[in-house]
Amino acid sequence: MAGSTLWFSLLLAAAFAGRATALWPWPQYIQTSERRYTIFPYSFQFQYHVSSAAQVGCSVLDEAFQRYRELLFGSVSFHFPQPMGKWHTSEKNSLAILVVTPGCDQFPSLESVENYTLTVNDEQCLLLSETVWGALRGLETFSQLVWRSPEGTFYINKTEIEDFPRFPHRGLLLDTSRHYLPLASILDTLDVMAYNKFNVFHWHLVDDSSFPYESFTFPDLTKKGSYNPATHIYTAQDVKEVIEYARLRGIRVLAEFDTPGHTLSWGPGVPGLLTPCYSGSHPSGTFGPVNPALNNTYEFMSTFFLEISSVFPDFYLHLGGDEVDFTCWKSNPDIQAFMKKKGFGEDFKKLESFYIQKLLDIVSAYGKGYVVWQEVFDNKVKVQPDTVIQVWREEMPVRYMKEMELVTRAGFRALLSAPWYLNHITYGPDWKKIYMVEPLAFEGSPEQNALVIGGEACMWGEYVDSTNLVPRLWPRAGAVAERLWSNKMVTNLDFAYKRLAHFRCELLRRGVQAQPLSVGYCDMEFEQT
Amino acid sequence: MEHRGLGWPRLPRLLELLAALAVQALRASAIAAASPDLRLWPMPLSVQTTPRVLHLSPDNFVFSHSPTSKAGPSCSLLQEAFRRYYDYIFGFYKWHHGSADLRVGVELKQLQVSVVLDPECDTFPKISSDESYTLLVRGPVASLTANRVWGVLRGLETFSQLIYQDFYGTFTVNESNIVDSPRFPHRGILIDTSRHFLSVKSIFKTLDAMAFNKFNVLHWHIVDDPSFPYQSVTFPGLSKKGSYSSSHVYTPNDVRMVIEYARLRGIRIVPEFDSPGHTQSWGEGQKDLLTPCYNGKEPSGAFGPINPIWNTTYSFLSKFFKEISTVFPDEFIHLGGDEVDFDCWASNPEIQDFMRDKGFGRDFKKLESFYMQAVLDMISAINKNSIVWQEVFDDASKLMPGPVIQVWKVEDYTQEQSKVTEAGFPVILSAPWYLDWISYGQDWKHYYAVDPLSFEGSQEQKKLVIGGEACLWGEYVDATNLSPRLWPRASAVGERLWSHKDVRGLEDAYRRLTIHRCRMLRHSCLLFPLSVDGITTLQFTKTCIFDFPFSTSKL
Repeated sequence: MAGSTLWFSLLLAAAFAGRATALWPWPQYIQTSERRYTIFPYSFQFQYHVSSAAQVGCSVLDEAFQRYRELLFGSVSFHFPQPMGKWHTSEKNSLAILVVTPGCDQFPSLESVENYTLTVNDEQCLLLSETVWGALRGLETFSQLVWRSPEGTFYINKTEIEDFPRFPHRGLLLDTSRHYLPLASILDTLDVMAYNKFNVFHWHLVDDSSFPYESFTFPDLTKKGSYNPATHIYTAQDVKEVIEYARLRGIRVLAEFDTPGHTLSWGPGVPGLLTPCYSGSHPSGTFGPVNPALNNTYEFMSTFFLEISSVFPDFYLHLGGDEVDFTCWKSNPDIQAFMKKKGFGEDFKKLESFYIQKLLDIVSAYGKGYVVWQEVFDNKVKVQPDTVIQVWREEMPVRYMKEMELVTRAGFRALLSAPWYLNHITYGPDWKKIYMVEPLAFEGSPEQNALVIGGEACMWGEYVDSTNLVPRLWPRAGAVAERLWSNKMVTNLDFAYKRLAHFRCELLRRGVQAQPLSVGYCDMEFEQT
Repeated sequence: MEHRGLGWPRLPRLLELLAALAVQALRASAIAAASPDLRLWPMPLSVQTTPRVLHLSPDNFVFSHSPTSKAGPSCSLLQEAFRRYYDYIFGFYKWHHGSADLRVGVELKQLQVSVVLDPECDTFPKISSDESYTLLVRGPVASLTANRVWGVLRGLETFSQLIYQDFYGTFTVNESNIVDSPRFPHRGILIDTSRHFLSVKSIFKTLDAMAFNKFNVLHWHIVDDPSFPYQSVTFPGLSKKGSYSSSHVYTPNDVRMVIEYARLRGIRIVPEFDSPGHTQSWGEGQKDLLTPCYNGKEPSGAFGPINPIWNTTYSFLSKFFKEISTVFPDEFIHLGGDEVDFDCWASNPEIQDFMRDKGFGRDFKKLESFYMQAVLDMISAINKNSIVWQEVFDDASKLMPGPVIQVWKVEDYTQEQSKVTEAGFPVILSAPWYLDWISYGQDWKHYYAVDPLSFEGSQEQKKLVIGGEACLWGEYVDATNLSPRLWPRASAVGERLWSHKDVRGLEDAYRRLTIHRCRMLRHSCLLFPLSVDGITTLQFTKTCIFDFPFSTSKL
């Protein structure tokens, strides 16, 4: 990367070079000029470069070419006569894609390289990337560079882009327990994530409210724990479809099965799993977190997570571990006896740790890594050094930036979510606050900074379902996407506003119900169906 | 029951008597919302239901006109409503299954509609329109009686809400007896089509949802600073130069369609042309209308509110409002009058001279009142009534009687209500109902808890409160988020303005509103189905982006 002064001046220069201002998120290095090339929609093609390691038959790119063709030019056919003769240098009829490392059938991972360079000049129109994942990012950028004159002609300006993400984990959390989201809502969200260069779909599948994940080892979980076992569930086929749809867009699916709290919906399907709460010396009829005192619990978890480990291909699983309420455990005489036996005294954090450690052992034995919410760290559960800690609490027990400092000082990798709870809404342009968060704004060594692998925008579902998901997510989540992708110095709000407003109009054009940032209009407004 | 307002004729005798009787006899049942499985929103004045159920079959059930009804099949408003409500009740079901055989029990075969007085089929609803109705549901013929078609529309909505599908999918209704009329005659929703343009289709959808909630006024804040989408026949330059683009306009035909669509649902369209402030977009198409602001001795190039000192201003406005008064049939025009910024006026030397000549001193409120009074007089002269924002009252030393005052400032709004009604002006309340102000969680409860008559004042004063409006300003709202931001939050206001003041239990409201939300979701799907074949329940919730879940719940 160029020195920061030089880089910043390039940024400003580019900001005034016409169409380039449409890019979101902003690339690491960009140079564009007024020189422009005509693109003919009827003959334009994405082509594999002869030296590319990926060639026709590469599912990820073959499908991406189709997608981006349609996004750029629509599915309408153009009835223009084919121009005769040779192409002029002022015209581009193809983008050549050159992928260096072979591999089209694997899943993206935390380590995937997403770098690419995009060159559009008199000599060539070339997208060069290390992997297919980088090519996907470059195709998105390419699609944002093409613009249309009022007369309808497509153009692309002379451009040189060298781009790579600042953080490798750029996630979006959806909660399908508090309100069920139809499969189509999830797939549509994956599309818009790709437009924003997000690469992790954190799927908070189940929670207290409902258990829509259809387990084949424990079908009763869904049968008894979903809102409606006929309609409000995700079948094995649905889950496969989500994973493949995400893969084709370079997006990992990080599945969360949160325990021991947030598990009320598990109870009806697995008798004896949850802790019976007591009112004095009698069971009150209500249930608390997973019962950590029974061997059955661990046998169940062992079988259940064996299934989960095989269903979800990503190396990481999210194991939750947040907001465990101790009052029910405290009320239960069996748990009290267990505490005494284990010598935990009155410290229920020790009981929580006991549970989590056993769970982590189970999951590690299946060859998986894991992400947990910050309480697991706060409560001093002994975890393996490669555990990823997700920081979500804004103020407690410490300010979130302090928490980032503590987590990384202890040598753990960290994910930031605390300032990015998009389900919290306020009046006005709150995207600015979301945008101005600097994930590394804590006191720490360069080694600590390196432990921050990224962050996630979270859309919890208490007040969100498919009726309002899309406008509540977009373009607000876009602010997080740019913060996690672009250079640290890209923080100018006016520049961001111009591009984000433009990007939201582009989202509308692509059929995404993205809400307005401020007063104004788009050439193509959202049409209600 | 409470009567309020502007002195329009009281409810005709028959219904009034019925209503009074009902309140005496049945109020307890409705107010306590005793029947725990009532699914109605907003809650009617009185409801009696029995456990006896009737079944309906989509193939046999019809809406019909009673032989004694003053309205018949020639009343297209009712014919349209019959078709609409038939679809709301059965349409969703018919797509998924064939017709089902009725199980044993009494069948409800007909809802017979009877209009007692001149039905007003072909007129526009007015503030004085009678919306009361009685609904008697029993087999095999139920009856819906109202003085006018407006009451029939409200009663049809209630009837459709009474019907549910039992465990076997059979359409079922409990024998019921409902007597209903609104608490306030003006129950409005404000939409803002200047800050963001809303397509006619979006407005239609809003009108549909309003009818589900028994709202009866669409306050169309059609123009403002950012854009002028109203296409004027007299002054075409206004939208040509003042709209966002040539596709962001309402043609005369669009406006007619909106008015007719609303009329068929018993909804009035009250247009707002806000002046003298909030008029930046007027300036593009109408030269020499806005005040040139000065920077010292030189014009700065910027413009302020409408220039109140030139005769040309008033001759323009007179022609303009003449057009408006013919385009919009409602007796009310909203004239705005809010948030006038005096800085530009104060900078302008001509205005300074005018102030001196008129003896206004440095009191620009006097200039504002001078302007507003002129516009108010203009409107009276064309036989229309005016609504204005509260500043017109606040800033006037003595406002001439006539206009309705809309209270919108949230600070001390009950005091403002006291002051305005003490001075004898009718009031529309909006201050606590700015739905564009969003926050996390169940804010509908705050809207619901408001009582429009909670200010200090005499009975006479309280009668001057003609209703209220939920306002959805457009700074951050367009077609992408309009519906989920409005519904069901505005429903809370809908019930507050329709139902008896004692209907305020939050727990029961939550239960009913949850059901009502799901019902609105289904209805909205029916209106604009994407495709009929192969559509599934899940795709419905996906394609019908409509309202806003207000808590964790299943659909």
